[in-house]
Formats: sequence, C-alpha cells, structure tokens
Amino acid sequence: MQPTDVGNPDYYHKVVDCQWGCPAHTNVPEYIRLIANGRYTDSFWLNRSSNVFPGILGRTCDRPCEPACRRTRVDGKPVAICRLKRVAADLRDPTDNRLPEIPVVKNGKRIALVGCGPASLTVCNDLMPLGYECTIFEALPRSGGLMRTNIPAFRLPVEVLEEEIDMILDMGVEIHYNTRIESMKELLEEGYDAVFVGTGAPKGKELNISGRQEAADNIHIGIEWLESVHFGHVDSIGERVLVIGVGNTAMDCCRSSKRLGGIDIKVMARKSRPYFKASPWELEDAEEELVEIVENYSPKRFVLEDGRLVGMEFELVSWHEDEESGRLKATVHGTEFIPCDDVILAIGQDNAFPWIERDIGIEFNHWDMPEVDRTTFMTTREGIFVGGDAAWGPENIIWAVEHGHQAAISIHNYCQGLSLTEDRPPQDHNLISAKMGMHEWAYSNDYNPSPRQKMKHVELVRRFQELSIEVEMGFDPEQTAREVERCLNCDIQTHFEAKLCIECDACIDICPVHCLTIAVNGDEEDLRERLMAPAENLTQDLMVSEGLPQTGRVMVKDEDLCVHCGLCAERCPTAAWDMRKFELMIPYAGQEAACPTHV
Amino acid sequence: MTYIAKPAVRHPSLRTNDLGLDMRDYEGTISTLCAGCGHDSVTAAVIQAFYELSIPPHRIAKMSGIGCSAKTPAYFVNEAHGFNGVHGRMPALATGANAANKDLYYIGISGDGDSLSIGLGQFCHAIRRNVNMLYVLENNGVYGLTKGQFSASADVGSRSKRGVPNKSEPIDPVALALTLGATFVARGFSGDKQQLLPLLKAGLMHKGFAFIDVISPCVTFNDHVGSTKSYLYTRHHGHELVPVDFVPIRSEISASYEKGSRTSITMHDGSMVRFRKVPEDYDPTDRLSAYEHYRSLQNRGEVVTGLLYLDPGGEDMHDDNATTPTPLAELSHEDLCPGSEQMDALMEEFR
Repeated sequence: MQPTDVGNPDYYHKVVDCQWGCPAHTNVPEYIRLIANGRYTDSFWLNRSSNVFPGILGRTCDRPCEPACRRTRVDGKPVAICRLKRVAADLRDPTDNRLPEIPVVKNGKRIALVGCGPASLTVCNDLMPLGYECTIFEALPRSGGLMRTNIPAFRLPVEVLEEEIDMILDMGVEIHYNTRIESMKELLEEGYDAVFVGTGAPKGKELNISGRQEAADNIHIGIEWLESVHFGHVDSIGERVLVIGVGNTAMDCCRSSKRLGGIDIKVMARKSRPYFKASPWELEDAEEELVEIVENYSPKRFVLEDGRLVGMEFELVSWHEDEESGRLKATVHGTEFIPCDDVILAIGQDNAFPWIERDIGIEFNHWDMPEVDRTTFMTTREGIFVGGDAAWGPENIIWAVEHGHQAAISIHNYCQGLSLTEDRPPQDHNLISAKMGMHEWAYSNDYNPSPRQKMKHVELVRRFQELSIEVEMGFDPEQTAREVERCLNCDIQTHFEAKLCIECDACIDICPVHCLTIAVNGDEEDLRERLMAPAENLTQDLMVSEGLPQTGRVMVKDEDLCVHCGLCAERCPTAAWDMRKFELMIPYAGQEAACPTHV
Repeated sequence: MTYIAKPAVRHPSLRTNDLGLDMRDYEGTISTLCAGCGHDSVTAAVIQAFYELSIPPHRIAKMSGIGCSAKTPAYFVNEAHGFNGVHGRMPALATGANAANKDLYYIGISGDGDSLSIGLGQFCHAIRRNVNMLYVLENNGVYGLTKGQFSASADVGSRSKRGVPNKSEPIDPVALALTLGATFVARGFSGDKQQLLPLLKAGLMHKGFAFIDVISPCVTFNDHVGSTKSYLYTRHHGHELVPVDFVPIRSEISASYEKGSRTSITMHDGSMVRFRKVPEDYDPTDRLSAYEHYRSLQNRGEVVTGLLYLDPGGEDMHDDNATTPTPLAELSHEDLCPGSEQMDALMEEFR
C-alpha cells in the first residue's frame, strides 16, 4: 500500500466516526471533554458553531453520530452523544452571549427565504453577520417549521425551541408570518438578490383505499394532525386509535393520541421490526407508554357502519426476499378486522411545489422536484437555492442545518460575484500534540468500562396529567460524569513519524486491542489478513507508514478498534508515536476554515 | 509514574486456546521498564508462547534474581507461581523448586549482570545439573539499573553512551553454555519475535536445561552509535544461522522433510523442532560442529542467532538422580516423613 496521507483533512476526520457521521461535522469529542470539565457554556457554543440548535437537537436529533460511534464496536453501546449535547444546552450560562455582532450598515444585498424551518434559519444565521438583509416568509403564525409543528412539546419544550430560534431572528431577520408564497414569479419580481426555498416536505402521504373518502372525518393525516394539535385546533381523539405507518412521525402521533384521550393505541406496521423506519429509541419510548406495535398488517380497507368509521380491515402478510430482484415480496395469509374510532396516517411525506411556476427557468425532474445541485444547492435558475427537506425529500433537522450552511456559502459567493464551486473555501485541519508530561495527556486517556447511562423518564401517570411535560428528564450530574468518560476521544489521533521508529515493538506489545503491526508491505487485501488481529471491518481504514529506517518494513494501524488510550505513545522511546489533537476546520459563508474552539 | 493500566477491552477476534483462555489471560501487570526496552518484547513473546502452548497458568513457575530482567516475570502470566530471589541466585532457587516439584514449567529470566557477573557460578551449575527449565538471558551489555556501566557481556570496542570503549573481553553465554554441556542452546533478538517465539516454545517443551540468550537492547543506556547491542547493530550484523519452527505434538506435519536428514528433531514429548535452513556441513545435534560454526561466524563480527544446538536425549536432573516418579510436592506426609524408625534404619546403613 502507498503511505497514508494524514495531511489530507479527511483521513483523521474519518477516524472521528461521530464527527464524520454528523452532516454538520459537529466536533463531538471536544464538546464532550468541555462538558467533562464543567465548561457547559463553551460546549454549547462549540456545538452551536456547527449545528446551530444544540438544545433542540440535544432532544430531537436523529443522531447519525451514534450508530457510527466507535464505542459501539468496543462495548456494544454508543456514547449518549445526543443527550450530552442537551446537558451542555441545559446547563450553560444563559447570560453568556457569544453571537457575532450584526453590522448596522448593511451590504445592500437582500435575501428572501421561503419557510421558517431549520434550513432557512441556518442561512440567516450565517448571512446576517455578513450584513445581508434576510426576509423570511412563513405560512404559519409561528416560526420553526416542522421543528415546532411536528415535534410534540413532551419531546421538545416550546421555551427551548423559541430561545434558539430567537437567537437568529433577533439578529434582525425580517419575518412575515401568515404569509404563504403563492407564486415564485411574484416573489422574484420584488427584486431580491437571491431566494432560498426552505419549505420542507409539507404534504403527508395519502392512503387511497376503500372507505377513505366516506370516513374522512375520522381519518387524519399525521403531520397535519400534529400541527393542529400544536396550535390547539385539535384537543381530543377517540379511545381506540390506529396509527398507520411506523416512522418517527407515527411515534409522535401515537404518543400524542395517548395524551388526548386515546386509550387503546395501535401502531400498524406492514413489515416486521427490522424494517421499521422509526429510530429504535423512539419505538422504545412509545412502547413504554403502552402503545402496541403490530407487525405485518397491511391496510386493506376502512370499514364503516351507518356512515361512521368503525374499524379497518387488514391483510395478514409475511415477507420474503425475491430471488431475482432482491426486493421484499408479501404473501397474504388472510384478513382481520380491527375496530377503532380514529385512524392517523403516518406513512410518509412528499414535497409540493404548486407555487413555483414551471416556466421561470427552474427545471423539474420526473419526480416533479426541482433539480438542485448537490454541492451548491442552486437550482437551474441562477440565484434560486433550495435546502432542507425541500431539496431532496424528508431527512432530518441536522441535515437541514448542513444544507443551510452550504446554501449560505453559495448565496454569499453568488451575491459577491464569486464562483459557487471554485471559490468554495475548502476544509482544513489542525494537529496539536496532547502531550503534557511523561505520562500525562491533555485528555482523559484511561478506558472507562461504564455502561451507557439510561435516560430517566417522568413517570407515566404524570405524563398523562400534564400533557406538555417533557418526558426525558436529562442526565443528572452523576450520569453525566459517567457518560462523558465513555467517550474514547477519537479526535486525539495516534500520529506516527516513520523516520523516528527503531522497531522495538513496544507499541505493538502494549496495544490492548492489537491494532498495530510492523509488517512487510503488501496490497491492502493481503495486509488486512497479516495484522496482529485481522482487520475485517472494511469501512475502517488502515494507516500505513513510510518504510521504517532499520528494516524497510511498514507500521500498519487498523483504525477500527483503537481506544485512543495513548499507551503506544507512552511506550514509544523515540516519540515516533504521539497523541495529537485533530481539529477539523470548517468554512462557513464568508469565512475561511477556522477552529471554532479558538473563536 | 502515573501509568494507566492496560485497558481491559479486547479485540473481538481474539481466539482462545485449548484451555479456553485468550492471549490477554496470560498477561501480567503493566511494565515499569523504560519505554522501548527490549525486555518488554521478550515478555510479549513469552506471553504468546505460553498461550499458544496452552499451558495452564497455575502450572508455571517464574523465577528471577535482581536487575531489569528480574522485574519482567511480574509482567507476564499473573496467575503463575513466582519467586524473585537475591542477585544471581535464581538458578539455585529454580533448582530447588524443580527438585521439589518437577511437574511445573520453570522459566527463569535473568540478565547479563545477574548471570554473567554475580551469578556466573550459579548459571554454570544449573547447566551442569541439567535442571529442566527454560533459562532466558536478556542480554543488553550494560548494567541498566545502575545507569549503564559495561557488563560482562560487553564486546571489546563497544562504546558506552559517553563514548568510552570497553577493553575487557566479554563472557559469551552461548559459547559458555555450549562448552558446559547445555542440552539446548539458542540465541534470539527481542526485535524479531517471529524468530524468538518458536525458540521459546521449543525451549519450554525441551526436557533438560534450555538456554536462550536474547539480545535485548537497553534503549536508555546502550542503543547508540558505537554500541554492539543496539537495535540497529543487531539488525545489521544479525546472522540467522539456524531458523526453526516449533511443531506442537498434536498438529499435522504437512511440510516435506526427509526422514533421517537433519531437517527436524522430535522432542521427548513428541512435538517437533523443524529446521527451516541449516548450512551444509553443520549438524545442530553435534556439539563440536555447533561450536565451530558459532565461533567462526562470531570471529567475522556476526551476531549468530537461531537454535544452535539441541540434544533431544530427554534426560534431566531427576533422571540423573533417580528421584521418585511422583514429585516430592505431591507425596503424602507419611511418604515424605516415614518416621524416626526409618531414619534410624537409614543411619544404620552408613555405620
């Protein structure tokens, strides 16, 4: 293999699995260390520099970081990254304001943003400090988009939501509530320098089977129903509720039903558990509230008596993989009637752009979605950008935030006459030794065997008495202290200088997880089998050194299970190994890549 | 020193041996030797050897005297028996322990000071008695614990860290063991575990006195330019004369070898030492031939390594003295102390 180029920011970045997995590349290990040191406020602001909504995401994030977490591969459970973020947001000093100053004299560029969800808000967050005048048009009477209307208050308290949104709106964003944009053409005529579309995926999918029209009064579209609940238009539901679909929206629907008078709540899934779209923890939380989750029931028709919904008929199905196509195929074993008073449909969301004229230079593809460039977020008409769920369909908040950051870079470049591609500032990185003394490091290098801390929940009875009480209580100080020590500090990199190595084997002998080997070089497939422990996880890289001075062999490190204990560096007599803190430098609109911790 | 203990996490692909133990079950406490010490590599190889041979930890006895080398038994097989004695007296302790319980696996770890200076006489007599043990001499040419004075194994002309050359003739433990009649004589290098591991395994399975001189560089006091016991010097001047593989008793022998030729030697328990390469006109079971070869290469300035001499005769101190088949440690009190009448009868025999 060729020697690994650790000068490329991507190499060490990829070792920090959580940061690599996070769309916004939040510096997770650093913010966890700040929490460990009691520096909650610093931790909050470090979070905010990349993910903008630490308090909201600390409760609601889809957590792509956690399945990626190295700790999962070491002891089976990831670090509770998401809930530690909430600790930082909850315990920060609210008077410590590190928001950038907003220029009084504007730069003369006006940006229109359609929809006030996380994507638009992030664009404003990045552009307001540069002197842009941002105007948001929101169809609803409140800000936040789906973060507000689709996430029930028992998961995300309104105060938390509003505090973080207001940080952005208070930068001087002009916002027009109750203003649904009906025509892109008309909007463009108002002469904005750029337009950002952050309208989300606001249309719940329909289930057009027999009885749908006749029983319409008792059949609700999930996201619309949640919105009505949020605004108080709906305050009750029947005792027996069937929720169709098993994604995260279905979980919010069934749990909300429980709080509005529902007693017997069933979530009806067409497939079995491994295929559920809902996050495992959301399923757990729903089942804790005694919601029944029924597998392999496929909706057949709505059943009415005297013009009123009395239940639904389902086909009982089993699934097998089709040998030719590899797709799942259903076999029907019969039907079953399940009585109910109400049905909530939570089977997905679609985008809808009836308000964008098709003759103004924005190309639409065969799914009737605008063509959006994956890097620049610009449509085929210059100056019109799309981000968040509106771009490529439903994702989650953290993706919307990252879309917002990237779109803001593009909008800035566009307005300043720079290229959207060539003038995009690249990522960079910084590497600093963590060595403090003979055997002292600037991080807690000992492995802590604590199991993942379990989130405490408000007791069931109270949950259904105080409808908007937040169910998760957050980690207490003891839990926090234990959980932060579970982090393996993957950003503290094992950095190797081949020319210093005397091949004494000390690092290889001490490594607790056998990830180091000195071997005669070979191609990757061959090397992976000749290591101290076979490197079977192909998603994890091998770091290969230059030829070593004494024998010409190479040092190989399998990144897979390294617990970053630093013992290789402690046992190295020549400091060929060193533990170095890697900091990813991320560029934002109008800014070169920089280390947020130094801001 | 503020060492952390070696984290208890294990690689999921770690395999277990016949006893259901994985390699980490054969570890000891964390080393307090200097970072990069050759001795730690020897320790790692010893751990692997015991693990691969599936030797139960409680059937191992670790013996040592004084010195950096004498600390190392603490760093492998925590569950083994151990005795850390006075300087240079490890051979006597091992002899005594072996006399009392011949069924344990004895491993003595010593250094060039412990064996070639203060304990030279002890070392010689353990060879002479053919005590059934593996004797590992971690040889770095200096007294590391007292800050790097030349030891008895330092070569003439080898320079100290301050640049002063050594003028005294070295005592060569390999030549000594060959001339004194050791039944297994080998040399390894801590920087080459591939070679060291089969030597350790063969040495552990050899019945009789197995001696391995391991060049184990002292990173702190003897790893500089001008040293003849440094990593670099050993790599540049090493001459692997007789590389071997160790074939445990239960494994199938797949490689081709001619019966009667000197490509392999069967040990007393049926396991086998297979020579990968032996120079023509050299017979590693002929002491004289081994000695001649060794000396001639040594005179050319080469550090000769490999399994240099092996007498698979399979006799040891207990055979020479016709001791009881049952280890003394397992005899009943009545058999061990048959009473004053028996004692009197014995005394009568000498009147």
